[in-house]
Amino acid sequence: MLRIRETLNQFRGHTRGAVTGIMAAALLAGTGMATQALAQEKTITAVMHSGLRVLDPIITTAHISRNHGYMIYDVLVAVDENFEPQPQMADWTISDDNLTYTFTLRDGLKFHDGEPVTAADAVASLQRWGKRDSGGQLIFDVTESLEATDDKTIVWTLKEPFPALLDTVGKQSALPPFIMPERVASGSADEAVTDYTGSGPFIFVEEEYQPGVSVTYRKNEDYVPREGAPSWMAGGKEVKVDTVRWVTMPDAQTAINALLSGEIDYIEQVQIDLLPLLEASEDVVVETRDDLGYQTIGRMNFKHPPFDNQKIRQAAQMALSQEDVLATLIGNPQYYKVCGAIFGCGTPLADETGSETLTSGGDIEGAKKLLEEAGYDNTPVVLMQPTDVVSLTAQPVVAAQALRQAGFNVDMQAMDWQTLVTRRASQAKPSEGGWNLFFTNWMVPEINSPLISPMLNGRGDDAWFGWPEDQKIEDLRAEFIKADTPEKQKEVASRIQAHNMENVLYIPLGQYIMPQARSTKLTGMIASPVPVFWNVDKVE
Amino acid sequence: MLGYIIRRILAVIPVMVIVAVFVFLLLRLTPGDPAAIIAGDMATPAQLERIRTSLGLNDPLHVQFITWVGLLLQGELGTSLISNTPVTSMIGQRIWPTFNIAVLTIVLSVLIAVPMGVLAAWRHRTWADYAVMAFSVLGFSIPVFVIGYIFIQVFSLELRWLPVQGYKAPSEGLWAFLSRAILPCLTLATIYVALIARMTRASMLEVLGEDYIRTARAKGVAEQIVLFRHALRNAAVPIMTIIGTGFALLIGGVVVTESVFNIPGIGRLTVDAVLARDYPVIQAMILLTSALYVFINLVIDLSYTFFDPRIRY
Repeated sequence: MLRIRETLNQFRGHTRGAVTGIMAAALLAGTGMATQALAQEKTITAVMHSGLRVLDPIITTAHISRNHGYMIYDVLVAVDENFEPQPQMADWTISDDNLTYTFTLRDGLKFHDGEPVTAADAVASLQRWGKRDSGGQLIFDVTESLEATDDKTIVWTLKEPFPALLDTVGKQSALPPFIMPERVASGSADEAVTDYTGSGPFIFVEEEYQPGVSVTYRKNEDYVPREGAPSWMAGGKEVKVDTVRWVTMPDAQTAINALLSGEIDYIEQVQIDLLPLLEASEDVVVETRDDLGYQTIGRMNFKHPPFDNQKIRQAAQMALSQEDVLATLIGNPQYYKVCGAIFGCGTPLADETGSETLTSGGDIEGAKKLLEEAGYDNTPVVLMQPTDVVSLTAQPVVAAQALRQAGFNVDMQAMDWQTLVTRRASQAKPSEGGWNLFFTNWMVPEINSPLISPMLNGRGDDAWFGWPEDQKIEDLRAEFIKADTPEKQKEVASRIQAHNMENVLYIPLGQYIMPQARSTKLTGMIASPVPVFWNVDKVE
Repeated sequence: MLGYIIRRILAVIPVMVIVAVFVFLLLRLTPGDPAAIIAGDMATPAQLERIRTSLGLNDPLHVQFITWVGLLLQGELGTSLISNTPVTSMIGQRIWPTFNIAVLTIVLSVLIAVPMGVLAAWRHRTWADYAVMAFSVLGFSIPVFVIGYIFIQVFSLELRWLPVQGYKAPSEGLWAFLSRAILPCLTLATIYVALIARMTRASMLEVLGEDYIRTARAKGVAEQIVLFRHALRNAAVPIMTIIGTGFALLIGGVVVTESVFNIPGIGRLTVDAVLARDYPVIQAMILLTSALYVFINLVIDLSYTFFDPRIRY
């Protein structure tokens, strides 16, 4: 009842507000005060790739929530554009035996409520992150202790060396360990936080937040940027505007029109087919600031025929052509790249071993032969096609055609994405509500290491959807964890690549990038897979 | 009359109970998993299971239903599973854009369509009648998003008179509100003008053939009084029905127009909730829309007594 009364009061307030607003606007227009106030405020209005609905960047891997996390939180360590971990909130030392990492918080770190950031806050945040993040879980598997020895010092002691610790703690996707106050981070890792106090360069304006519609960030005047130029999520995060407002526009054409008319300043992702509309404008810059982009992939169900048979999985992989998939999905070759590396081309672990047929147009005849050798009995392949996600509608259609040409009996079933994510969690037989094959996309930084790529988990029922039982991949991942030089890591990663292509844990179908568009009034946007708003200025 | 109103209001209760049970069960039988939306693509089955448990989605259906009904009886609509925001405040934020756009659309539609319909009937089978009918056919035939894009291209991008998109409340300034509302309202009004003008014309044609109209004219009553006082008032009942139903449809949400003009209204809230399987929001929206339809129908029925004194309850 109280809520209904509140709503009625809102209505009365709304009506009163309308009258007051008209009078105030008339007065301000007369004095010119409104114009002056607007001239002093620098606001960036940005259309992001989706609406922000989940405000806890640790409970979800949604990119928009991660981007929100980078606005209001900070991280201890951050990987720069050379894939090197750099100090952000903390510097570190490593003991000679590589078992103890000591982090020291830098001076001047404060939460948005004015409280100083302490080592206890960092410990609680890391522990909560370790329960959600796959890389974090691997570190905590070998953790002896993690403690705050004083207000500024965090000591992380391991039972055995974990050479990739700093890379994992400093990664930018999918779940970076954002530092929250201890009172917030000590809550359950399975329930979203409701207190949005961070210590990052922007402050979340809760009273202006409309889930899925808009979110406003105000400059954190107390934030002390690190010295040095920004580089990906590392370096100095200097805020040069007063407010950043993210708005959601469900209609891509509307966003384009709004940018052309100067109502917004930035579009994070522009549909390729709409690019000509923007390219003709002198007031708009179309560019790509993330050279890594996305990898599109296919995943099979190892539990049920026919893909419980390795040879049949190999036949399916052999039938597919990356070029066909990417040309249908993206169209413009400027924005896609044929790439057989499971860790993504342009990354330190990139290796294309075993991907020859995928990257050279597929081999239908070879696939037919393999199918015959495997004794394929025409078992239907239930291929799930989401019809409501633009970036996932083409892959199933192209794959179905290639698989049929190779001799597979394909049963492509159209459904919405929500039905797909429910169904892919089912281990039932494909004929009884299960599935055989689906497609999805990952940001390359989410799959660029065996420590974080979800598809390279071979622990059966505990693995990602598809549930492969693959001891060899588990052994290789363990070997990778122990590799203590980049050369050794690369060598193990190469063997993981070869094993993936042989056992077909998943099928990499190439990379694509999404162009962005900004008003020429925006300057200083840095290259980064995560769109960030520090270092950005707006000139009138 | 008062007894009738009370009876109609009481009749809402069983309707709402049936809607509540039906909606609750239908949603739970539809495939979908809010936990998957919350956790993202990378979550393992075990992580999803833990989130489902924390959201209460693993409770038996009857427990979930009783919890929800208990909240409803306390005037609460629950909390969004996805954004963790009270549903009441989400609806509170989104209802006003929809309400204001709906009111302005209906006012514009009536102001344009009724005179058009009267003119068409008065000048039956002349160029004026044919022009009104041609406009009506066009208004019905052109998809609403096409009209929206044409208006944006002409008035926003070419002439630069009005903003392309967005919404501002009247409390932020009358011009700020009107400049953003006028194009979506005109877009929506195109259909409603077509509908109401046709209905007005048909209804007026019937009334203009009545004996009392001929008598009024024979007595030398001025033509505008014949048309607007004698004829239109008697033709008003079906026109009011169309206006009321149109208003209810507008309040229920106009997703395409809201998307084209980026208006954060009820339609988008409902569609987003359905795509994310945000059960409390969907349930609240369907209950609210049902209640609104019942209420608007009641108001329409009562309005008949004003236009036609022969109707009594």
